[in-house]
Amino acid sequence: MLLIKCPYCEEERPELEFRNAGEAHLVRAASIVEQSDDDFAAFLYFRQNPKGLQFERWRHIHGCGRFFNAVRDSVSDKFLTVYKADEPRPNVEQLIVRPAASAESTEEPDAKRAPRAKKAEV
Amino acid sequence: MRKYSVFALAREALRAHKGWEQQWTSPEPKAEYDVIIVGAGGHGLATAYYLAKEHGITNVAVLEKGWLGGGNTGRNTTIIRSNYLYDESAGIYEHAVKLWEGLSQDLNYNVMYSARGVMMLAHNIHDVQVFKRHIHANRLNGIDNEWLTPEQVKEFCPPINLSADARYPIIGAALQRRGGTARHDAVAWGYARAAADRGVHIIQNCEVTGIRRAPNGAVIGVDTNRGPINAKKVGVVAAGHTSVIMNMAGVRMPLESYPLQALVSEPVKPLIPCVIMSNTVHAYISQSDKGEMVIGAGTDQYTSYSQTGGLHIINHTLDAICEMFPVLTRLKMLRSWGGIVDVTPDRSPILAKTPVPGLYVNCGWGTGGFKATPGSGNVFAHTIARDEPHRINAPFTIERFTTGRLIDEAAAAAVAH
Amino acid sequence: MSTATHSGSNRIAGAGRLTPAKTVRFTFDGQNLTGLEGDTVASALLANGIHLVGRSFKYHRPRGILSAGSEEPNALVDIERDKSRKQPNVRATVQEIYDGLKVKSQNRWPSLTFDVGAVNDMFSPMLPAGFYYKTFMWPKFAWKTIYEPKIRAAAGLGVVPGEADTDRYSNRFAHCDVLVVGAGVAGLAAALSAASTGARVILCDEQPEAGGALRYESDVVIDGVAGHEWAAATVAKLQAMDNITVLTRTTAFGYYAQNFVGLVERLSDHLSTPAAEMPRERLWQIRAKKVVLATGAIERHMVFANNDRPGVMLASAARMFLNQYGVAVGRKVGVYTANDSAYAAAIDLKRAGIGIPVIVDTRDNPNSQIVEEARSLGIEVLAGHAVYSAGGKRRVSSMSIKPVRGGNERKVAVDALIMSAGWTPSVHLFSQSRGKVAWDAANERFLPGTYAQDCVSVGACNGTDGLQATLDEAFAAGGGKAGSVPATGGANWTGGMIGSAPGAGADTTVKAFVDFQNDVTAKDVRLAVREGMHSIEHVKRFTTNGMATDQGKTSNLHGLAIAAEALNRPIPAVGLTTFRAPFTPVTFGAIVNHARHDLFDPTRRTPMHTWHAAQGAEFEDVGQWKRAWYYPQAGEDMHAAVNRECVAVRNHAGIFDASTLGKIEVVGPDAAKFLELLYTNPWEKLGVGRLRYGIMLREDGFIYDDGVVGRLAEDRFHVTTTTGGAPRVMNHMEDYLQTEFPHLNVWLTSTTEQWAVIAVQGPKAREIIAPLVEGIDISNEAMPHMSVREGKICGVPTRLFRMSFTGEAGYEINVPADYGQAVWEAVYDRGKPLGLTPYGTEAMHILRAEKGYIIVGQDTDGTVTPQDAGLTWAIGKNKTDYVGIRGLLRRDLVADGRKQLVGLKTVDPTVVLEEGAQIVANPNQPVPMTMIGHVTSSYWSENCGRSIALALVVDGTKRLGETLYVPMPNGVIEVEVTGTVFFDEKGERLNG
Repeated sequence: MLLIKCPYCEEERPELEFRNAGEAHLVRAASIVEQSDDDFAAFLYFRQNPKGLQFERWRHIHGCGRFFNAVRDSVSDKFLTVYKADEPRPNVEQLIVRPAASAESTEEPDAKRAPRAKKAEV
Repeated sequence: MRKYSVFALAREALRAHKGWEQQWTSPEPKAEYDVIIVGAGGHGLATAYYLAKEHGITNVAVLEKGWLGGGNTGRNTTIIRSNYLYDESAGIYEHAVKLWEGLSQDLNYNVMYSARGVMMLAHNIHDVQVFKRHIHANRLNGIDNEWLTPEQVKEFCPPINLSADARYPIIGAALQRRGGTARHDAVAWGYARAAADRGVHIIQNCEVTGIRRAPNGAVIGVDTNRGPINAKKVGVVAAGHTSVIMNMAGVRMPLESYPLQALVSEPVKPLIPCVIMSNTVHAYISQSDKGEMVIGAGTDQYTSYSQTGGLHIINHTLDAICEMFPVLTRLKMLRSWGGIVDVTPDRSPILAKTPVPGLYVNCGWGTGGFKATPGSGNVFAHTIARDEPHRINAPFTIERFTTGRLIDEAAAAAVAH
Repeated sequence: MSTATHSGSNRIAGAGRLTPAKTVRFTFDGQNLTGLEGDTVASALLANGIHLVGRSFKYHRPRGILSAGSEEPNALVDIERDKSRKQPNVRATVQEIYDGLKVKSQNRWPSLTFDVGAVNDMFSPMLPAGFYYKTFMWPKFAWKTIYEPKIRAAAGLGVVPGEADTDRYSNRFAHCDVLVVGAGVAGLAAALSAASTGARVILCDEQPEAGGALRYESDVVIDGVAGHEWAAATVAKLQAMDNITVLTRTTAFGYYAQNFVGLVERLSDHLSTPAAEMPRERLWQIRAKKVVLATGAIERHMVFANNDRPGVMLASAARMFLNQYGVAVGRKVGVYTANDSAYAAAIDLKRAGIGIPVIVDTRDNPNSQIVEEARSLGIEVLAGHAVYSAGGKRRVSSMSIKPVRGGNERKVAVDALIMSAGWTPSVHLFSQSRGKVAWDAANERFLPGTYAQDCVSVGACNGTDGLQATLDEAFAAGGGKAGSVPATGGANWTGGMIGSAPGAGADTTVKAFVDFQNDVTAKDVRLAVREGMHSIEHVKRFTTNGMATDQGKTSNLHGLAIAAEALNRPIPAVGLTTFRAPFTPVTFGAIVNHARHDLFDPTRRTPMHTWHAAQGAEFEDVGQWKRAWYYPQAGEDMHAAVNRECVAVRNHAGIFDASTLGKIEVVGPDAAKFLELLYTNPWEKLGVGRLRYGIMLREDGFIYDDGVVGRLAEDRFHVTTTTGGAPRVMNHMEDYLQTEFPHLNVWLTSTTEQWAVIAVQGPKAREIIAPLVEGIDISNEAMPHMSVREGKICGVPTRLFRMSFTGEAGYEINVPADYGQAVWEAVYDRGKPLGLTPYGTEAMHILRAEKGYIIVGQDTDGTVTPQDAGLTWAIGKNKTDYVGIRGLLRRDLVADGRKQLVGLKTVDPTVVLEEGAQIVANPNQPVPMTMIGHVTSSYWSENCGRSIALALVVDGTKRLGETLYVPMPNGVIEVEVTGTVFFDEKGERLNG
């Protein structure tokens, strides 16, 4: 069971409180009636389904009820970040955890880094 | 290929089994093949086998990034049935069941196809309506599927809980007697052995990293971690990884990959004689020949390539299993695992040509691809060999997601009202 | 009688830590035996000289006790408290004994000593790994009818109880800063260190008491006291702290994403008479900030011929039986080893007065201090030798020894044989955490390599050697400021061998077991490789090595090494099979815990439920709801009751509980605009106080839900949904509101459970409710069909809907849920003299079908458009956008040949079609037939005096008047295609 941070509640909560809502940043055309068959099908059904960083939507359905977006690695299932529905797509480059040397330069606060980054015991 | 038989077994017993040959060889890849199949799961190996057997195309390579049969073929709960609603689905799954019925003999490999019956439980009036619709459609399509009263359910599967006090009492079931199970590994190995015997190269630990195309866009081969390999026809049969491979050719797919979990119990003496499925309480179970209860759990809600999933998914499944079979509460979960299932919007597969000349795709089997293995490989081989679909897989195009001509088995069972 | 005979003849006076006076009686296969409190079944059986405990899976070979822990592959037994509390496949090395315990052996018939199935062992040359893939194919039918049933009967181990489990299980979620798995020396030290920082710590161990290897190590001194005393003192210290929870008999079985770890605590299986309310097991689901794995290492057996004979066991197990339980595993105990650690066992046994005829060591020059110590005790050490075979059948009787490099064989009589091939670090949980193991070539073992989670391994599972190093590492891992403690003694975890020992013999005849339970031998592994199984996963699946109930804890590395040798490839290149949860098998009941019977799924009941029940209503399940289905009166069957209810509604009036319908309050300045986008219908111009039937589509254009929507004010709508659709419609609305149309100023509130809904339908509906209503003019003129008013009924605030799902004039009275039953009763009392009759969902279905009103999910199925369902009228013609508008324009949604909803009348009016029945144009065609539709709803209509049906039929609306056919198993039913309205076609009754 994943632990997911709701950007509205600003708290990590168990996955059971959330409902995944599929790929993020799919744009419903303003004049959807005029959309071509192919463009509409792309919007409706065709997905990136990446093996790697996935931009996806979640709803904190059993919490604040808000929809928000997340960037998650679909291989490790680790969240790189979460952001509110009206916020722009984050720059992925900045989210990828660098080796310790460059970690200083990332603008992400500690809490948003993958836990691995903090670990040095072994 | 040396034939397997009880006599061969006896002969080998006398010489410490020193005489068995390799079931398949591990050749170095050639520079060029007529056809490359990406993915050595059951569907891919079956495709190669039928290309060789039925279309005379033996210059075929099956490329596998890991070990053959290591994906969903070796991770599923091996349910076989063909009692699907729509003509299109019934057509392909029934084609498969007919092949299952003679597969051990055809491959000379005991795949242990066990037609012990698949019973789908009805818990409410909506279930009854849906199952009756299936039963009538199946009957007129010549596919066996019959309605059982609760008493008949109990007779067919004695340990089941028929109590009216159950949270969701069982009020009947649809039974397909020809449905059942098969031994998943044996299916992969049997196809691999039979295909290799006909000259097919099965190349394991060979990961496709790119799809090579001519200036006119047509496929000319693939790049792999073992170098480029040429072929004018490439069939992608990569299940959960289909999106990744197709992306190499610039083709976006109507697919999402989800983790699907399954588990087995410790082995016990025979108790459950058939396959039981319940859509309402979300569980399915059968007992393997080894004695383990083989239990299919659900998918996690998020896409993932991790081959694991959450404990709460298994929890929910076991709730349902113990509700249906209260005598199993003291059994123990021995092993759980996950696979990656590729799901289309209508939950039906895609077996089709693609916008890229020479590139073919067989995917989208979701949680139920194992049962289709022989049929899928058979018609996909036809599609590749003739560059046009077989009558049976003609409806399973990519274009249906643009035109709206979906084959929506799941919607047909939709719960509402 | 001496104490020893009380609790078994092999109990050594003065040895072990059990109390001789505390005896416990139990039975094994009916034989009365005595053990001591604290014994496991294994130690108690051994104390009584019993080694033969079970039979193997395939060959039914006699098997004894290999280990003293959870890695046990052989000694599986059946424990029975009573018929419902019978437990198959229990490891005798884990199960503690209690007074009255009944233990039975498994997988044997007729008895453990004489098992017919053992004939398989004689035929074993015909039964190599994977033999079943090569035969049983002829004749074709025989697999199902002959071979498979035989194989199934022979396989399996224990027997499932015949009755449902009466035990309880419980469940707990917990958060902690540090979870320490394993309470051996490393785990105790880490927990102590972590707890000293004030961190919230949970420490768990699968054994009944902490200590791990300290429980059997006789030479350890920590902080000036014996190891096991230090362990006990440390546990006492930890238990006195309030920031640490110590859980014994608790197995961490699964390590999931983000430091989520599943534990099972066994609470009552060791008790003679557990309290009735006591749970048997408890599932802990723990989210830890950090996990310390101190899971130790597992000793491997030596792979040689007949290494499975009862009495052949791991050296550490023999030491545990002696030093913890005071039990000698034999009187003449042979030793076979490839490393130092077996020497410690031999020395302890020797000092306890047990004969050690010989230590056979495969190494050429073992020369450590402990070897010298053994020699100094007068034990013969044969270096550079191997055991080529164990003699005996139901108990080991001898060992045949030869020099590794060839020479004469020597046979030594023994009554037990202890062995050690070295130690395998327990990286199971580490690997489950998705950490990547690394091959330690020097010591031939896999160790934690790359970590994937905030987790650290300490001690033996991390390959850390030496007691002091382990303590130092563990104290550091706990993060405490206090330093480590001084220690001496203890085992070394390195050294030994993997793969088959010299004594595994040639491939021809011998059985040198790698995986005991599944009867996998070294030659099976080699055969797999020979047959082309070159991936370790193939080897595993082909041989079933490591797939038994012990999941290969002792066998995996051996199998891998033998395969690598046969392949002539380095071990890391052959790979390692994946470690899967659970670490040891977990009871289904523990995972399920409370979710049984009524708690399997929540049951939703309406505010009037008890009234329906009191009236004798039958209920149907609709999702989680219980809905009143029909109200049979004395002597009535369902058919009679439903007919009576249907007629009553049309002739007088009926009262129906519609509370389960979903209700959503849509409020805000843009509420109408929002509904314009979510429903096909137009809403902007709907007047306040008016109702409209709305259709909701998915973006793909197919019908998603329907319901009546009332406008209570310019900015306030009362939306109703289908019963099953309520949550998803709410989610669907929220999704669009929040993410697609966030500019709209609208609030959505689910009010499904806030309103009870009482439908009063029929010609006398108005007359019945009139005296109860206050503040609303309910005359036909003032409140026509499809209108809504707010006021009071029975003194309670109401939203009164004038609407109908029956075709009769009628009302749906919404009142606050708490008043539902009171208002219902008042309305019923008022209406009863006028013929008001309660009707259930079945009558409701029939009444609406008589009028051709659809039920979403029954007459539609997720592939039906509004046009298909005959609802084109409900689409706003001038709308430029709504969800689904573009989907509806797709080629196949506007093509000819779609299925459309029509009515069907059977030519014989008494025949009622079966719902789901298929429709054909030509009943005489051969199978497979071309089906052109199916029956979606079908009923006997008492009001029409005939059967009626709705159906989806290809080009249905063009076929009105056509005759079609419904082929049934016992004949073809002829039907006429009709419109969908069967009763009051003009709809005049609505306005009555």
